[in-house]
Amino acid sequence: MKKRSDKAWYILFVAPLIFVFTTVVILPFMIGIGYSFISWDGMPLNEKLFVGFDNYIRLFMDKRFVASAGHTVLFTIFSVLLINLLGLSFALIVTGKMIGRNLVRTMLFMPYLIGGLILGFIWKFIFTDVFKFIGEATGWSGVFFSWLLDPKYALVAMVIVATWQMAGYIMIIYINGIQAMPEDIVEAAKVDGAGFWQTLMRIKFPLIMPSFTICLFLTLSNCFKIFDVNFSLTTGGPNNATEMMAMNIYNEIFSLGNYGYGQAKAIIFFIAVAALTLIQVSITKKREVEM
Amino acid sequence: MKRLSRIIVSIVGFLLCICYLFPFYIVIVNAFKNRKELYENMLALPQTFTPEYFLKAMSKMNFLRAFTNSLIVTAVSIAFLVVLASMTAWMLVRTNNRLSKTIFMVFVATMIIPFQTIMMPLLQVMGWIKNITHIPMVNSLGGLIYMNIGFGASMAVFLYHGFIKTIPVSLEEAATIDGCNKFWVFWKIVFPILKPTTVTVMILDVIWIWNDYLLPLLILSKKELRTIPLSTSSFFGQFTNEWNLAMAGLLLTIIPIIIFYLAAQKYIVKGVAAGAVKM
Repeated sequence: MKKRSDKAWYILFVAPLIFVFTTVVILPFMIGIGYSFISWDGMPLNEKLFVGFDNYIRLFMDKRFVASAGHTVLFTIFSVLLINLLGLSFALIVTGKMIGRNLVRTMLFMPYLIGGLILGFIWKFIFTDVFKFIGEATGWSGVFFSWLLDPKYALVAMVIVATWQMAGYIMIIYINGIQAMPEDIVEAAKVDGAGFWQTLMRIKFPLIMPSFTICLFLTLSNCFKIFDVNFSLTTGGPNNATEMMAMNIYNEIFSLGNYGYGQAKAIIFFIAVAALTLIQVSITKKREVEM
Repeated sequence: MKRLSRIIVSIVGFLLCICYLFPFYIVIVNAFKNRKELYENMLALPQTFTPEYFLKAMSKMNFLRAFTNSLIVTAVSIAFLVVLASMTAWMLVRTNNRLSKTIFMVFVATMIIPFQTIMMPLLQVMGWIKNITHIPMVNSLGGLIYMNIGFGASMAVFLYHGFIKTIPVSLEEAATIDGCNKFWVFWKIVFPILKPTTVTVMILDVIWIWNDYLLPLLILSKKELRTIPLSTSSFFGQFTNEWNLAMAGLLLTIIPIIIFYLAAQKYIVKGVAAGAVKM
């Protein structure tokens, strides 16, 4: 009797969420693997043709897709470095003996809440018309011109906006790490005569290593999967020079109507993200053992 | 010497802040200019603060409608997520068998799936559900809420699971002896204890759902169902040659977020840090 009611409670508590989760995440994921082996234009009445691994073979020769992977890697490397560098510097400044540090912290975190889409729109105005205006007004038109029309500068613009969005977020995590640092160790180092740099490099950095791994993981996966900023700031342009992988998949499926082929790209994208995550996690685990 | 370094750090900090806030300044000053004034000087303060473009943007964006839609979607999705995920996580922790462990593992493992990988098949599955049950999953706020619950489930269960593991069972056992059934044990005793995690889940989900763009874009095509990011995006697309209007529209969308931030700053900063650290 007791056993049976326990089972009923279990189902009552767990089943609703499992049902929703299965229909929204699990089922589409599995069906998606199937879709990646067919050729289909998305029209329900049109025929779905089984093509085996053709989609996967094709995507490695797809210049636009390979280029988008290149942009994504380049963008991710620079953004991750810049975001972490700035985030950590902000955290050190804000936890130091600065006047009005709470106000500064509040402001630096604000862009993160506004979201990539709207930030991208704001910066679009700045990188096009405001930059042109500054260039004409100051005569420095070598630096201040419409950045989004130049392939290289447009990618730099993407890095800047992503950094502007995420540095404050990463700062919050570093602040947490710095504040969890045992004060007495830092004090002891000072008493022993360690200078500012020595304390920073030898004491503080090793102690905030756990925060560093978290931040690295978060920025890596956020940057690699970026879509909103890409969509609103450059829409992949000029000439697809800033099209990232997430956006390439979106375009392949919904703009060009290649549902099966686009889904094969989406599966490759998943494998790349999963591999990145697993490598990151295994490195983290190893380091935690050493600490 | 110490004092001097403090002043220098403060000055550097504030210069940084000014650089950081420059884009907001650009939005605010240009939202009040007319076209000619804007092109004369994009950096200067406006001559008059007229709400004209603001009001125009508000009506063209159908702002109040979009705001209401966003509010409904965010609030209802989060209410369901908090209730369902906390119940699920509690059962999974307290019934320590192989099934529970497997379910939890699946929740955690699926967190790495990027949205782009499931977006297309998801639309197909929702279409089938509609064909079978005649419940409109696509082009309805209810459908969007349903999908938000699915996408938010993993993280919410994960956060609750981690917290519930640290709560001793003794309290719940005492209540069970007193004759409470599991439903009341959970709602009267466990759920109130979970409050810190509930706040974290709510904050993280507000940030995500309020700003979510791609899922609503794929699900909602009717104009009257648009959420704030959708209406901002379509408005911005129409008025890129009228930057003053575009900026007024952007300012309009930012203001509610800033009000929310200033009102709940303490919880937001704490919640974001807690959510990240447990990842």
